[in-house]
Amino acid sequence: MEKKEYKKIVDKYTPDEPRFRNALIAFIIGGFMGVLGNFLVDFYSSTFDLSSKDASVFMIITLVFLGCFLTCLGFFDKWVGFAKCGLIIPITGFAHAMMSAALEYRKEGLVTGIGSNMFKLAGSVIIFGVVSAYIFGLLRLLVIGG
Amino acid sequence: MIHFNAFVFCGIVCLIGQIILDNTKLTPGHITTIFVIVGAFLDVFNIYDKFVLWAGGGALVPITSFGHLLIHGAMDTVNNYGVMGLFMGMFDLTSSGIVAAIIFSFVLSLIFQPRD
Repeated sequence: MEKKEYKKIVDKYTPDEPRFRNALIAFIIGGFMGVLGNFLVDFYSSTFDLSSKDASVFMIITLVFLGCFLTCLGFFDKWVGFAKCGLIIPITGFAHAMMSAALEYRKEGLVTGIGSNMFKLAGSVIIFGVVSAYIFGLLRLLVIGG
Repeated sequence: MIHFNAFVFCGIVCLIGQIILDNTKLTPGHITTIFVIVGAFLDVFNIYDKFVLWAGGGALVPITSFGHLLIHGAMDTVNNYGVMGLFMGMFDLTSSGIVAAIIFSFVLSLIFQPRD
């Protein structure tokens, strides 16, 4: 069978992704993550009497912990399957990627397993973040001057 | 009111990500990477700072804020040390997130068993 025909038949029988529904769920769940983040900033800054900058650091640590812990308990994979980008785009997705890599490679040992594979999924975020921040920072230094 | 702004901003960022995910062949890894680069780019002309003022903590939750904080930390040291500052302050503001993710992942992976 020709490849084109084969692709046609595959396309015919793959179920259509409910795009509108996915987008709506991602919007709502992502929105509530934003509200949670904002609420935590307010909560930390009023309870511990911190500036909003310090409180946002506390907020990020809390969300990272929640992402890691819920991944360990096994809930988070199901939630990510349901909400998709609603939980992948917030910082919890970064924690989820690192935690699941650490859990998955744990049986291969501490150094060769966890140590060398923890950044397998989340590493690209850091690498491209640093490279792009360096290039854009250099541009900004040249154009605006700091 | 700022809670509503946080909802709208974080929701729209996730919505854009979901639309890209559904309509292209990119994986979630590609999308988070693109969003980090976009966040760094938006900070070149201080656009992202305005989002943070408008949406408060809601603008710091999406992964775009990671790129924003990377370049922000770098520019803070650039003001004191010039070009070399780009190498020095890059992780100043994001270290909390990265260190927290490393520590929690490592400790919890020793305690919990993977589930299938």
